[in-house]
Amino acid sequence: MRSASQSAFSALLVLAVAVAVAFLTLPIVAIFWQVGLDGLADGLASDVARDAFRVTLKTNAISMALILGVGTPAAYFLATRRFPGRALVITILELPLVLPPAVAGLGLLAAFGRLGLLGEELEALGLTIGFTQAAVVFAVTFVASPFYVRQAITAFEGVDRTMLDASRTLGAGPARTFWRVALPLAAGGLGAGAAVAFARGLGEFGATIMFAGSLQGVTQTVSLAVYQEFDVDLNTALAISAVLVIASGGLLLAVKALPLWTSSRSTSRSLFARSAST
Amino acid sequence: MDKLALDITVPLRALRVDLALEVARETLALVGPSGAGKTTALRAVAGLVRPCRGRIALGDSVWLDTERGIDRPPEARSVGYLFQDYALFPHLSVRRNVGFGGTERVDELLARFGISQLARARPTDISGGERQRVALARALARDPAVLLLDEPLSALDAHTRNAVRAELQELLREVRLPTILVTHDFEDAAALAERIGVVLDGRLLQIGTATELVLRPADPFVASLTGSVLLAGQARPVPDGLTEVVLDDGTLVYSAERGEGRVGVVLHPWEITLAREESSDSARNHVRAPIAAVVPDGDRVRVRVGPLTAEVTAAAARDLALAPGEVVVASFKATGARLVPLAG
Repeated sequence: MRSASQSAFSALLVLAVAVAVAFLTLPIVAIFWQVGLDGLADGLASDVARDAFRVTLKTNAISMALILGVGTPAAYFLATRRFPGRALVITILELPLVLPPAVAGLGLLAAFGRLGLLGEELEALGLTIGFTQAAVVFAVTFVASPFYVRQAITAFEGVDRTMLDASRTLGAGPARTFWRVALPLAAGGLGAGAAVAFARGLGEFGATIMFAGSLQGVTQTVSLAVYQEFDVDLNTALAISAVLVIASGGLLLAVKALPLWTSSRSTSRSLFARSAST
Repeated sequence: MDKLALDITVPLRALRVDLALEVARETLALVGPSGAGKTTALRAVAGLVRPCRGRIALGDSVWLDTERGIDRPPEARSVGYLFQDYALFPHLSVRRNVGFGGTERVDELLARFGISQLARARPTDISGGERQRVALARALARDPAVLLLDEPLSALDAHTRNAVRAELQELLREVRLPTILVTHDFEDAAALAERIGVVLDGRLLQIGTATELVLRPADPFVASLTGSVLLAGQARPVPDGLTEVVLDDGTLVYSAERGEGRVGVVLHPWEITLAREESSDSARNHVRAPIAAVVPDGDRVRVRVGPLTAEVTAAAARDLALAPGEVVVASFKATGARLVPLAG
């Protein structure tokens, strides 16, 4: 027989879960309830919404290419080498995770803006970054990259070192070992990291509005459009939000499913090894 | 005749591995407890760990020479490395594992190791014994000049182990490459290698044939490692399911195990009994010889009789008045005499 106090305690736990779930799902349900199916179609047909999605997809695609292209080899190096100052390098790469986005935007302006640290040099090359689409790419890359790099380091650290050694003794050089062994074995973790980074990039707001502004069709991303249309046309804001909810949900599922997909094919026991910095 | 020669020092966290070895077209086993530096020696030969000092060469080809600043990367050394857990690539099929190094002989290798039917399977879906064959096929795919085997039998269950050991023995005889085999099991070493090096705390304590190590251990550790008595001889089956072994000193012994050709008879010293007169007991083996030595070991005594070493209690040794020069009969049962096939 369970005592009354035990039952009461269990009831309390269940209540806590119920409150948390209700609190977190209500706003999401409310968006769909408010916008309705007709409103969704109308809202998404607006120029503001279409421009915002176009700008967002283009800038985020470029950002993701940059993050994957530079972040993957950097993470592999940090995961497989030990050198003095390694922890410091990793901490620097993780800094944007905890930096307020507005501060990140200001920092980007101070570095790459017309009056910034590299402003003169960039101007001499005929490059203007601030308040252009390039600025959106900079802001998204700055804010989202640590999410990928951190996960990528963990994923590469999870690859059994013996696999890399075996590849070398079989005649593969370091580059071939990276492509044919390390990358496929870390693929699940890398995919999950990319999904988190992409989700973060989609939602980028603070750094973008500081460094790139909110010019429709040029720098106005979906998050900025939601904020602007909130004052102008609530229905458009709700419609964009509804699409973002679905996209975010999809990305979250990807984050959860991808590492499982790799581990089910792997014999590596240390798949979930943690980075030293985490 | 390309001979592998190494003389290296590798500092590890807990110990310093200091080894000098020469391996001709033979199998050399490195035996010792885990953490003795055996695997480090293999890794150094393969180029996976960099010695702080030393030289590794295969014939005239220098792989490492710290004085001359030579350090070839692993991919530029011609080694076939069998890793302890085989390290098969889980994301590649058996066929692509074997073909990883770019060989065109994949089909031939798969057939030779009897794994053609597994070509499309993933390494995670096959048995331990099959995995070992895949790993061996993969290690030999690049026609290596040196073979490095790290605990090739330890990942297998006892049942598979004997079969795989026989296969491995045949393979080593066939390829005739300079081979270094690492194991913690003296019996495996005796079965697979022509020479055995005993490694402890990063140093080579003794190197020699299994028989030499058993008969003349240079060190108490070597003696404790070999533990059992191993007698080399020539075996042939005789009726009644027995095997007759003519030991190298001419002594005739019987084993209940089957064997043929060059074998080692493995005996536990505590299974050998001593008596003044030959009795009509059930033991099939009686060796009548003078006692060569009586060595007390705690409350036991180790007594050398001819080629045998018997372990009896101190009380029994007193009762029988065992002393060097006295003729006694050492007896052991045919069922207690295990046979291991010997290399060479």
